[in-house]
Amino acid sequence: MKNNKFVKFLSVPYVLWAIAFIIIPLLMVFYYGLTDINGKFTFSNVMAITDPVHLKSLYIALILALISTVICILLAYPLALILASIKNKNEHLIVFIFILPMWMNFLLRTLAWQTLLENDGIINNVLSFFHLPTLHIINTPAAIVFGMIYNFLPFMILPLYNVISKIDQNVLNAARDLGANYFQALLKITLPLSVPGIISGITMVFVPSLTTFVVSEMLGGSKILLIGNVIEQEFTQNSNWNLGSGLSIVLMVFIVISMVITSIFDKEGEGNAI
Amino acid sequence: MSKHLIDLQNISKSFGSNLVLDEMNLYIRENEFLTLLGPSGCGKTTTLRIIGGFETPDIGKVIFDGEDITKLAPNKRQLNTVFQQYALFTHMTIAENIAFGLKIKKKSKSYIDDKIKYALKLVNLEDYGSRYPDSLSGGQKQRIAIARAIVNEPKVLLLDEPLGALDLKLRQDMQYELIRLKKELGITFVYVTHDQEEALTMSDTIVVMNQGYIQQIGTPEMIYNEPENAFVADFIGDSNIISSTMIRDELVEILGVKFPCVDKDFGENKPVDAVIRPEDVELITLPDDFDVTSSGTSLDSDSWKETGRIQGVVTHLIFKGVHYEMEVMANGYEWLVHSTSLFPVGQKVGINIDPFNIQIMNKPESEDEEAAPIEE
Amino acid sequence: MKKALKILYSALIFVFLYAPMVVLIVLSFNKSKSRAKWGGFTFDWYVKLFGDHIIMQALINTLLIAFISALVACIIGTIAALAMNKMGTLAKSTMLGVTNIPMLNADIVTGISLMLLFIFFRFKFGFVSILLAHITFNISYVILSVMPRIKNMNPSNYEAALDLGATPVYAFFKVILPDIWPGVLSGFLMAFTMSLDDFIITHFTKGAGVDTISTKVYAQLKKGIDPKMYALSTLIFISVLVLLILINTLPAAGKKKKAK
Repeated sequence: MKNNKFVKFLSVPYVLWAIAFIIIPLLMVFYYGLTDINGKFTFSNVMAITDPVHLKSLYIALILALISTVICILLAYPLALILASIKNKNEHLIVFIFILPMWMNFLLRTLAWQTLLENDGIINNVLSFFHLPTLHIINTPAAIVFGMIYNFLPFMILPLYNVISKIDQNVLNAARDLGANYFQALLKITLPLSVPGIISGITMVFVPSLTTFVVSEMLGGSKILLIGNVIEQEFTQNSNWNLGSGLSIVLMVFIVISMVITSIFDKEGEGNAI
Repeated sequence: MSKHLIDLQNISKSFGSNLVLDEMNLYIRENEFLTLLGPSGCGKTTTLRIIGGFETPDIGKVIFDGEDITKLAPNKRQLNTVFQQYALFTHMTIAENIAFGLKIKKKSKSYIDDKIKYALKLVNLEDYGSRYPDSLSGGQKQRIAIARAIVNEPKVLLLDEPLGALDLKLRQDMQYELIRLKKELGITFVYVTHDQEEALTMSDTIVVMNQGYIQQIGTPEMIYNEPENAFVADFIGDSNIISSTMIRDELVEILGVKFPCVDKDFGENKPVDAVIRPEDVELITLPDDFDVTSSGTSLDSDSWKETGRIQGVVTHLIFKGVHYEMEVMANGYEWLVHSTSLFPVGQKVGINIDPFNIQIMNKPESEDEEAAPIEE
Repeated sequence: MKKALKILYSALIFVFLYAPMVVLIVLSFNKSKSRAKWGGFTFDWYVKLFGDHIIMQALINTLLIAFISALVACIIGTIAALAMNKMGTLAKSTMLGVTNIPMLNADIVTGISLMLLFIFFRFKFGFVSILLAHITFNISYVILSVMPRIKNMNPSNYEAALDLGATPVYAFFKVILPDIWPGVLSGFLMAFTMSLDDFIITHFTKGAGVDTISTKVYAQLKKGIDPKMYALSTLIFISVLVLLILINTLPAAGKKKKAK
């Protein structure tokens, strides 16, 4: 095409935007993270992760994020299977059901769980009404995991649903035709074919869980610090941008690892949430 | 012929308010190549899916080898399917695809390896075992889909428009391939297609379907030469289907002109459809001053040999390679004619038809009647 | 039996996702200011809500930022996606990689990186800095939503339009845009939603005195939430719900007609 050059020229605004607001800010994080207050090069901000308090916050964040991710997969997979099996479905409606809660403020939603989970909260009132043992999970890591699952479950459901609903029904029929029962077909056909969705869902749940500071602040009391809380406090309370940036670099290492894993398994971009 | 392997008894199936199959009865013999032929939406694929176990009929029974399998899950049936879009497992190699059914049945490794080798050889793709389906062409994928099905030694192979996605040349090659496979395997093939040529080429028996009813069952020759109703005649190749009157046995009046024919027992002065294949219409050149306006030659007169029984004018001419296709306007009907000789547009011609080539069919009494189920 | 199990399971997940909505809606009618006890039914919070200038300003900020950022992101993102489609593999995958960064990176890192940028260049924190940040992550959602549409577009359509005498601009508006419109629209909705629901990035890029609903709620966490916030989010939730039901029932009837 003759006007190819012109068409490519159209990308200029975005390229400039991406450089100014994606690339340069990231370089800023590296700049601040690798210098001290006087602008001198140092590794001390990054190495600050070895501080026991920081190390512990990273460790807890990793464990809780891992647990939430696994539970999200276990909860979302059957649901995605069910949604994909609905005939005459209105796809938009299914997607909207899971996006709709986002229109109610994220903080308020999490706060509502506080109301539900509190020691004299709604759930415990219902439980004690039926003389059942009550839950004491508010301000514990379990409550944080609960909040993570609640907030990020839709990001696991949507990519899984997308991938599973695109599997050709005849491929599953073929497996049944060749003698596989329902569970064999699920294990040998559906599961391997939905790997891109699983991987995409994992990154979409794991990264925000690992890096959250709001969920832990609201449901974990102020006792449990995640790496996200540490970084947030360095920026907003201690105004130690260098240390905050240094710890962010460490955090990004984990994010990059999960991005690399994603790109290996999800070359086609099949598992995107939208 | 041999025994019935599959019996479909009184099968009805609807999707929502849409009746797809209506009280269908059909049997399939052992070692038969049976083709379900019809336009899309005629119920042929649904029939196949009911045999395969992917749909359950609303009423009726599926009997397989004397056993009622109507409610049996697909994985427990002794038949295998070759799907329309191949339905290969893209995350497995070709060999793993072929081994799938055998692994489920827990066959030994050496048995499976032998079978893979045998199946790949059978479909002429010996060196492809370690490849993935995405690297194959459409025709190759189809062969693998067949190989994957036949290693399970099914008694019946169901094929759902297996050649639909291939181009013409490849389709013709695959037709011969399928006939060869059928002979080598000695099993029953149930084949679904909307392509009449494919059906005529490969089948032992053709079942013509329309709107959920079987229109006609017969050998390819029977279906082509003696269509039982206007739908079959129209669907199988081009035809002149002309509303006519059966005067008495062996005499039919077509477009006001009496033609001798060979059909009997339709009664007297009965409205019928006359079906005449375009290649069976014989044309005779007439002089330019011949009056064709009040066309028709008396039955008693011998002049039909020179002037034809009906006279008309050639209105269209197309060269088709092996023959010329012409349209002749005679007595208000546009006759479709195939002939190896050329008759230019405007040429006045006489039309003759050998009595054997006039196929008389009962007129459908109503729209519904047209689709009446016909037993073999 | 199996079907009942399916319905039960879906219902449980649904309850899990929507239980907080119910709690918030109930709280919006609670006379008591405390979340813990029920003080009787009242409409007061709804009445007072519209008189509260601070909350109204936060709502206006939130909606303006969501709308403008989604709109700008749609324009820049759609144009960029069209251009990227014509690029070589390397340039395209690099661009897509960069586009993925705001989506895959942690919100907290995106937030602080932009905060550092604004600090470094002494850019004034306020409405505009939030807007710039939101446009940035919204472009990614738009590109990701438009890209598949562009890939499936028949390039001959555009060429045919030019062949028939259309100018490139005319062809863009009459041929390309209608073709990719569903992608642009869902990109816009996605971007609008993401912007509306964002707290973390806003938290780091907002200046003193400018608040969105999210940051307002966050500020109230320690001293207790103003129940007018429950009323506000209930109103937003209900209006979106009604809108969605309308969107999903109206064109469904139209679509069926088209299919036949």
